[in-house]
Amino acid sequence: MSEREGVSAVRQETMIVNMGPQHPSTHGVLRLLLELDGETVLACRPVVGYLHTGIEKNTEYRTWQQGVTFVTRADYLSPFFNELAYTLAVERLLGIEAPPRAQVLRVLFCELNRIASHLVWLATSGMELGAVSVMLYGFREREVILDIFEMATGLRMNHAYLRIGGVVMDLPPGAEEKIRDFCAMLPGRIAEYERLLSRNPIWLERNVGVGVLSAEDAIALGVTGPTLRAAGVPKDVRRDEPYSGYETYEFEVVTREAADCYARYEIRLEEMRQSLRIVEQCLERLREPGPVMVEDPKVAWPARLEVGPDGIGNSPAYVRHIMEESMEALIHHFKMVTEGVHVPAGEVYQPVESPRGELGMYVVSDGEHRPYRVRIRDPSFVNLQAVPKMVEGGLVADVIAVIASVDPVMGGVDR
Amino acid sequence: MRPEELAQRIRAELPETILARGEVVAVVAREALVPTLERLRADPETAFDLLSQVTATDWPGREPRFWLSYDLYSTRHRHRLRVKVGLPEADPRAPSVAGIYPTADWHEREVYDLFGVVFDGHPDLRRILLPEGWEGHPLRKTEEIGGVRTRFHGTWVPPVDRRGG
Repeated sequence: MSEREGVSAVRQETMIVNMGPQHPSTHGVLRLLLELDGETVLACRPVVGYLHTGIEKNTEYRTWQQGVTFVTRADYLSPFFNELAYTLAVERLLGIEAPPRAQVLRVLFCELNRIASHLVWLATSGMELGAVSVMLYGFREREVILDIFEMATGLRMNHAYLRIGGVVMDLPPGAEEKIRDFCAMLPGRIAEYERLLSRNPIWLERNVGVGVLSAEDAIALGVTGPTLRAAGVPKDVRRDEPYSGYETYEFEVVTREAADCYARYEIRLEEMRQSLRIVEQCLERLREPGPVMVEDPKVAWPARLEVGPDGIGNSPAYVRHIMEESMEALIHHFKMVTEGVHVPAGEVYQPVESPRGELGMYVVSDGEHRPYRVRIRDPSFVNLQAVPKMVEGGLVADVIAVIASVDPVMGGVDR
Repeated sequence: MRPEELAQRIRAELPETILARGEVVAVVAREALVPTLERLRADPETAFDLLSQVTATDWPGREPRFWLSYDLYSTRHRHRLRVKVGLPEADPRAPSVAGIYPTADWHEREVYDLFGVVFDGHPDLRRILLPEGWEGHPLRKTEEIGGVRTRFHGTWVPPVDRRGG
C-alpha cells in the first residue's frame, strides 16, 4: 500500500466514541454515542435511562399527599417547580385554590429556586468550558439560597414544602431579612459574572455561533425554556398561561435572536434579574398576614409541623395534643395520614415554567385516595432530544458547550 | 382562542369533544389520528405547532384498555388541546406521529417501553428508559411494584418482597 492510499483509507473510517455516562460534563449520567470524522461530529445519539427510578409508578402506590415527596425528587435542581406543578394539578382536580399568602410563598420559593438553578447552570457551564472561577462563584451564591431553603423547609433539596392546599408552614422569623440581604447582594454578583465572561475571548469563542437551533426546529422538537427563548420565541408559561397569580407580577420575558449558546447564557443571566424583581414583589405582598393552608379538614394536613434538626417533623406540642389530650384529633390524624384525601375522578395537565422550560404534570384520578397516573413532562427529557440537531456537523468540543447550554438534569430526564 | 371558543371550533370537526376544568379534550379513532393532527397543525385558526407530550394510561378490565393522550399547544394562539385515542387490549398499536411532530419520537419510545404500545411507522422504536433486555412494561397496572427479579453482578436478585431474612 502506498502512503497516499493509506491516508485515504484512514480518512474513510469514522470513529464511534462513547461520551459518558460518566463524564464530568454530562450533568449526571448522560451517555452520547458520537460518530466522529476526526474532530467533526457526524452523528450523535443520546442514550438515557441510567437514572430511571420509577417515580411515576411509585406515586400510584402512595397517597395523594405522599406524591409531593416523590415528584420533588425528579428534577433535583428545581424541586419547588415539581411540587408546584403536582399540587396545582391535584388542586384543580379537587376544585380548590391555595390561600393568597400560600400562593405568594410558592412564587417566592420558585423564583429563588430558579436563581439557584441558573447559578448551578452558570457554575457547571463555566467549569466545563474552563472558567473554574465562575464555578466557585456560582456555587458560593447558590449556597446562600440553599441556606434560606434550609431555614424555611428544613432541607436544602427535595423540600416537600408545597402541599396540596397550600404550603407546610409560614416563613420562620429572620427568613425575610435573609432573603432581603440576598436580593441586595446578587445584582452586584451578576454584574461580576458579566465582567468575567461577557467579553472574555475564550468564552465568546466557545459560545458565539455554537449550537444554533432555529425557532422552527426548536418548536418541532418540543424544545421550551431558555433554549426556545434564545431563538426569539417569547414562550413562558408564567406569561402565557398564568398560575399562582403570576399575571399580577411585573417581570419581562427575556428573548434573544441569535439562537446560539451565547444567547442562552445572556438569557439565563437576565432571568436571574427578573426573578429577583419577582422575589422583591413577593416580599412586599408578605406584609399581609394570612393562612398558608386551606381550612377544609378533609384536605389540609392535620399535623402542625416544625423544622427540626433533620427536616420537617410534627411539632412536639401537636404530638402531645393527639397522644394525650384529644381522641378525636388522633382519629382524624390517623385517617388523614393513612388514607389521605379523596380526589374526584378526572384528569388535568398542569404546565409551569421551570428553569429548563415547560414542566407539565398530567395527573389522572379514578376517585380513589391514590393517584391513578402521574406523568411528568420534564423539559430536560424533551430538550435533550434536540442535542443531535445542534451538534451534528460541528466540532466534538462544541458538544460540551451545547450540552451545557441546554442544561439537562438527568433526574428529570429519567424520572 | 379561549377554551370555550376552541371547544366549539373543534367540536364542529370532532364531535366527541368536551370541555372539562378549562381543558379541551377530543377523542378520535386511531385511524383518524394522523390526519386529525396534520389538520390541527396546518389550520391557521388552530395552529397547534408544539406537541407538549404523548403519554398513556392503562385501564385493565375495560375496553379500550389503553388511552393515549397527545397534549397540543399553539405558540401563536397560546391555547391547548388534548387529543385522546383508545386502544383495544388485544391490539395495542397506534400510528406514529413522529412524522408530524419530531418531538414525538422519544415520547412514543417511552410509551412503548413502559406500556408496551407499538407505534407503527416510528423511525427507531426501542426501549428508552429501561435496559434493552428488560421483560415486561412496568407502568401497566398488571405489573406490581418491586415485583421483578434483577440481575446484579452476574447473579439474579429476587424481588424485594421475596428476599426473605
